[in-house]
Amino acid sequence: MSARLTRDNVAKVADLARLELTDADLDRYTEQLSAVLDHAEDVASLDLDGVPPTSHPLPLVNVLRADVVVEGVDREEVLSQAPSVEDRRFRVPAILGEEP
Amino acid sequence: MTLTHEPIEGEHFIVVSETTGDEWEIVVGLEVHCELATVTKLFCGCPNMFGDEPNTNVCPVCLGLPGSLPVLNENVVELAMRLGRALQCSVEPSVFARKNYFYPDMPKDYQVTQFDRPINVDGWLDLPDGTRVGIERAHIEEDTGKNSHAGGSGRIHGADYSLVDYNRAGVPLVEIVGRPHIRHPEQAKTYIDELRAILLTTGASDAKMEEGSLRVDANVSVRRVGDPELGTRCEVKNLNSLRSLGRAIEYEARRQVDLLESGERIKQETRHWDEGAGRTRAGRSKEEAEDYRYFQEPDLVPLVPSAEWIAAIDAAMPPLPAARREALAVASGLAVTESGVVIAVQRDLDQLALATISAGGDGKRVLTHVEHNLSGEGSAELDPATFAQLVGLELGGQLTATQAKTVLAEMLVSGRAPEVIAAELGFEAMDSSELEGIVDGLIAESPEEWSDFCTGDDKKRAKLQGFFTGKIMKATKGQADGKAVAALLESRRAESL
Repeated sequence: MSARLTRDNVAKVADLARLELTDADLDRYTEQLSAVLDHAEDVASLDLDGVPPTSHPLPLVNVLRADVVVEGVDREEVLSQAPSVEDRRFRVPAILGEEP
Repeated sequence: MTLTHEPIEGEHFIVVSETTGDEWEIVVGLEVHCELATVTKLFCGCPNMFGDEPNTNVCPVCLGLPGSLPVLNENVVELAMRLGRALQCSVEPSVFARKNYFYPDMPKDYQVTQFDRPINVDGWLDLPDGTRVGIERAHIEEDTGKNSHAGGSGRIHGADYSLVDYNRAGVPLVEIVGRPHIRHPEQAKTYIDELRAILLTTGASDAKMEEGSLRVDANVSVRRVGDPELGTRCEVKNLNSLRSLGRAIEYEARRQVDLLESGERIKQETRHWDEGAGRTRAGRSKEEAEDYRYFQEPDLVPLVPSAEWIAAIDAAMPPLPAARREALAVASGLAVTESGVVIAVQRDLDQLALATISAGGDGKRVLTHVEHNLSGEGSAELDPATFAQLVGLELGGQLTATQAKTVLAEMLVSGRAPEVIAAELGFEAMDSSELEGIVDGLIAESPEEWSDFCTGDDKKRAKLQGFFTGKIMKATKGQADGKAVAALLESRRAESL
């Protein structure tokens, strides 16, 4: 089943995640990730009719908080952690491409 | 290629190619993002406030600091459900997902949104013209921070670097995805007007386009009239006003017809409206830009609002614009699509109009005043009984429409009775013999114009009607009733033919 995941798939996912991988990395991750998918395939081969997908391991829903202000972090402290600041804003490299 | 267009049956906007004579129909679906009117953000206790000093409403959660955990704001759920129910959606169990992308407006490098299981699904919005626009979904998501582009042109292209303010990051949004049921640029504007009225009525959002708390993207495609298939669409962004929305849809439709008629294909893409240039431009698109690798947000549990909660929202639902128009139409005897009815509800003056009609005011005249003379402040505080008296004076012929407008303006200032104001201003009903004397005198003064008025073509006659009406109004200091003047001119003309 490992043929389902190609080296190109891994290269693409790495690119989307901004990861720089060597050729050796790509080979290794293709193999490892294929094994993960094989495992999922094993599970999927079981008869799972009527079993709802698990979205969360805890049997919890509706964890909510009241709409009340909680003090945040001091601006000077926040900005002191930034690599570059201008005009009380975070200064970041020029953005190419469009906003999503 | 030149294109002409004409609305057909007032709803469908048809682009007719002069080259081929083919008729094309515009198909529009709108996606609207609106910021919810909560006190705090979606997943943290930072204030949800427009216009504060940059980076003052931030905390570890909305800054995406390691180890921080989101907790859902109960009021977001309440407001999202109110909006969903007002849009006739069904409220479903929902889950949150991460939409992954690298862009500095989100410090986490993902946006939390609802993807495959949104909270509100399958509703609709009825427009004043009777069109029903389907609502595919209305889901919860977080807003992004705000970038300003420094250096270069100050715009996104050519900027040397960007500055980011995270006050808006994590502000709760509902994205309302409308189905492609809109067929006309004006209809798109009406849809937004109607949606805004619903957002305000339900208290879900302040819906200010100019402050960005209501943002519109338009999916536009065209197809030959009668073709059941939808064409390839383009998503138009950067629509900052209703005017831009209408112009952009029209431009985009013409661009697409032009391409298709030249034998080219439409490429599905995001385009940006340039208000100054009056055109859309292709965005810089990366092949994989749409690959957001959604997966369920592991830090948040499913949201399953109880049946009791939903029932409480339904029970507390205020009358929505469509129902308010219906009530006003019944009371006034006008059609639900009449502009007076539509505008009265838009301006929140329908209660005043209803009360005035109950107090004996003529429905049509009341709504004419609401539409044309009651746009200012204090209009809602007008006393229905005195408003009805004014309308009564007008209907009885004691005041002309122009005089009634003047008296009404004074009533808004002083709150005094219309008779008192009319007497002070010297407005007295002009008896018909007095008016006839004045009109006959003016006809005698301008025999040539009168002869042209009697025998000229429609255009000439309309022009000379204005000429005589102006003279009569001047001679009577504006006290003559416009309708009586027109009727008198017409009867004198008939006599002289």
